[in-house]
Amino acid sequence: MKKHLFFGGIHPKYNKEMSLGVTAFQRITPSRVVIPLQQHIGAPCQPLVQVGDHVLRGQKIGDGEGLCVPVHASVSGTVVAIEPHPHTSGRLVNAIVIDNDQTDATMEPTPITAPLDQLDNDQILHAIREAGIVGMGGAAFPGNVKALSAMGNVDTLIANACECEPYITADDALLRSTPEQVLEGMTILRHVLKPSRVVLAVEDNKAAAIEKINGILKNYPGIELAVLPTRYPQGAEKQLIQALTGREVQPGKLPVSVGCAVFNVSTYAAIYRAVRLGTPLTERIVTISGEAIAQPQNFIVRIGTPFHDLIEVAGGLNEKTERVISGGPMMGFAQSDLSVPVIKATNSILCLLKDRNGAAENPVCLRCGKCVNVCPMRLQPLYMYRFVNAGRLDELERLNLLDCIECGSCAFTCPGKLPLVERFRKGKQLLREAKAK
Amino acid sequence: MKLTVASSPHIRGNFRTNRIMLDVVIALLPALAVGMWMLGIRALLVTLVCIVSAVAAEWLYNVITKTRNTIADCSAIVTGLLLAMTLPHTVPYWQAVVGSVFAIIIVKALCGGLGQNIFNPALAARAFLMLIWPVGPTRYTALGVDGVTAATPLHHMVMPALPEESLLDMFLGRCPGSIGELSALALLLGGAYLVIRKVISIRIPAAYLGSVAILTLVFHKTGSPVEWMLYSLLSGGVMLGSIFMATDYATSPATAMGQILYGIGCGILTVIFRYFGIFPEGVTYAILLMNALVWVIDRCTAPRRFGAKKGGAEK
Repeated sequence: MKKHLFFGGIHPKYNKEMSLGVTAFQRITPSRVVIPLQQHIGAPCQPLVQVGDHVLRGQKIGDGEGLCVPVHASVSGTVVAIEPHPHTSGRLVNAIVIDNDQTDATMEPTPITAPLDQLDNDQILHAIREAGIVGMGGAAFPGNVKALSAMGNVDTLIANACECEPYITADDALLRSTPEQVLEGMTILRHVLKPSRVVLAVEDNKAAAIEKINGILKNYPGIELAVLPTRYPQGAEKQLIQALTGREVQPGKLPVSVGCAVFNVSTYAAIYRAVRLGTPLTERIVTISGEAIAQPQNFIVRIGTPFHDLIEVAGGLNEKTERVISGGPMMGFAQSDLSVPVIKATNSILCLLKDRNGAAENPVCLRCGKCVNVCPMRLQPLYMYRFVNAGRLDELERLNLLDCIECGSCAFTCPGKLPLVERFRKGKQLLREAKAK
Repeated sequence: MKLTVASSPHIRGNFRTNRIMLDVVIALLPALAVGMWMLGIRALLVTLVCIVSAVAAEWLYNVITKTRNTIADCSAIVTGLLLAMTLPHTVPYWQAVVGSVFAIIIVKALCGGLGQNIFNPALAARAFLMLIWPVGPTRYTALGVDGVTAATPLHHMVMPALPEESLLDMFLGRCPGSIGELSALALLLGGAYLVIRKVISIRIPAAYLGSVAILTLVFHKTGSPVEWMLYSLLSGGVMLGSIFMATDYATSPATAMGQILYGIGCGILTVIFRYFGIFPEGVTYAILLMNALVWVIDRCTAPRRFGAKKGGAEK
């Protein structure tokens, strides 16, 4: 097979072994969960319960019209509030707060047991929607909508287990523990989308997971395991498609335009559980790691668990902690309020000390051009930075600033420590505002 | 506990400006050692005078203009060192001081400082010195265009004739010339170090030396074509210029294609100036001229947009 690569990229220190020491997952059952009514890209849910209601685990407690998937209670207990609550996005989002009664009384699951060839797509997509499944790699796009838009348009179905961000091992842990759920989920979507190629993509720094998959792959004929040379940002959708197929998604277009559909492996496992076990998305694997946490590890966490609960169970924060990040160190969001809950797309909570390579007091561009070399989108960050600072929208347009995926490779590499991604976000905002006028 | 909320990425690599500058200094040490070995202690003294006066000029500029102290980025050390490499060891110390101050104040600081200057400070200073203390063909001892006496290998080649030195002598540095340009071996070692350390890419030196090699091979003047080509590559400042001057970040293109075109441009101009110019050497002016084109080159060589049709239909 022809080996493809994506453009640019970097090799940060991965630090993945930190969170892989503890092999058995601890399950966390918090005393109170906060379920945001918006955990996906699209329209927010409306609450289906009221304050004072008793809810069961797995009960649908919010839903809406349009581009929207429902949210479910992740514990059984009493609804104590429906109010705006801090969210990992940094905004306040309406959320349903449930006090856990610790009985874990659960809704009766509604599995679909019939063989796949007797199932029609509507039935499967409906089950996926009703389980509240979104892209669990971070983007949180409603799973059923993505699958629907891909129907009849894709020849390649991709499962993304690259997990190219340093520290995070949630997908790795999933593949080590229950790889069959991922492969079953892939089988279900293969039945829906009828692609000619089905690929599970892993980076070569996950030897144990690869061994596990190879052990059971013979039970899933037609599914291919692609082991890719580790490089960041391999797991970015456009870069992964390029690495696997050589196709480049055009600016502003979606993967389906080049015949590809990409879902995260956690999403496939959730799809399997939704269809075959009949259980909605109420828990997920979350990595808690970083130099500032006492016991880095992976947990199985109920959606809605506040960050501080998890941090406490993991032994607490070092007093010199500088940042707590939702997501990875390259693209994650720094949090100021640790009462924010784990949502469906939260794959990691990172607790970091001050980075000794961190931002300079007086960043200076040397024009060394390293940023151009590492940019996977083939942009020219040094000029973009210059023209954002100068407010030159015409130049930013010419430099295709809006193509930037904010992967941070340029800022990581920059010897002058320029705040590149920060400025690019600002520049994109300026461009969008100008276009809206 | 006060948590910092800042933009991603939250980790950064360990590349640093002053580390890069230090690598350039390390890479020049073999060439400096050869200079001392061939030319004596005065080569070292001239070098030290250049470095000290460059750093002092930077410090003075910061003090006078009440701007942030920028000595710590170590770039002034590199500028002083690079200027010294282009000078003959017989240069009067005060001229070395004037050159260093000119490089730091006029060429760099007044253009906006590190990364903002259009012209390579060391080469611009060298050109400046050559213009004020003109060095006609009879006055090479004052400030040689390429070296100390009219007997540098390059001068023979203007006649044209092959130099008296063997190719091996010139490769090792057993020939007259400026402090840092004597030994191709030492310069190539330094270049290899910079490439391995990822301080520079091999594109500019390779394109520069490659185009000089091809042009001198095709348009050889005397001797066998290969001999003429090798003498052309080993004489004068081509090695020093292509590895250490043309690769200066601030004054060279940032795109891969731009770097190749820039290297080729430097090579072509060097050969033209050597063949048709009034001075025997063309490297200084070739690079300075190409410096002026860097922004235009970068603008015209933007990498193909991701996802745009190969061939450039979509823009």
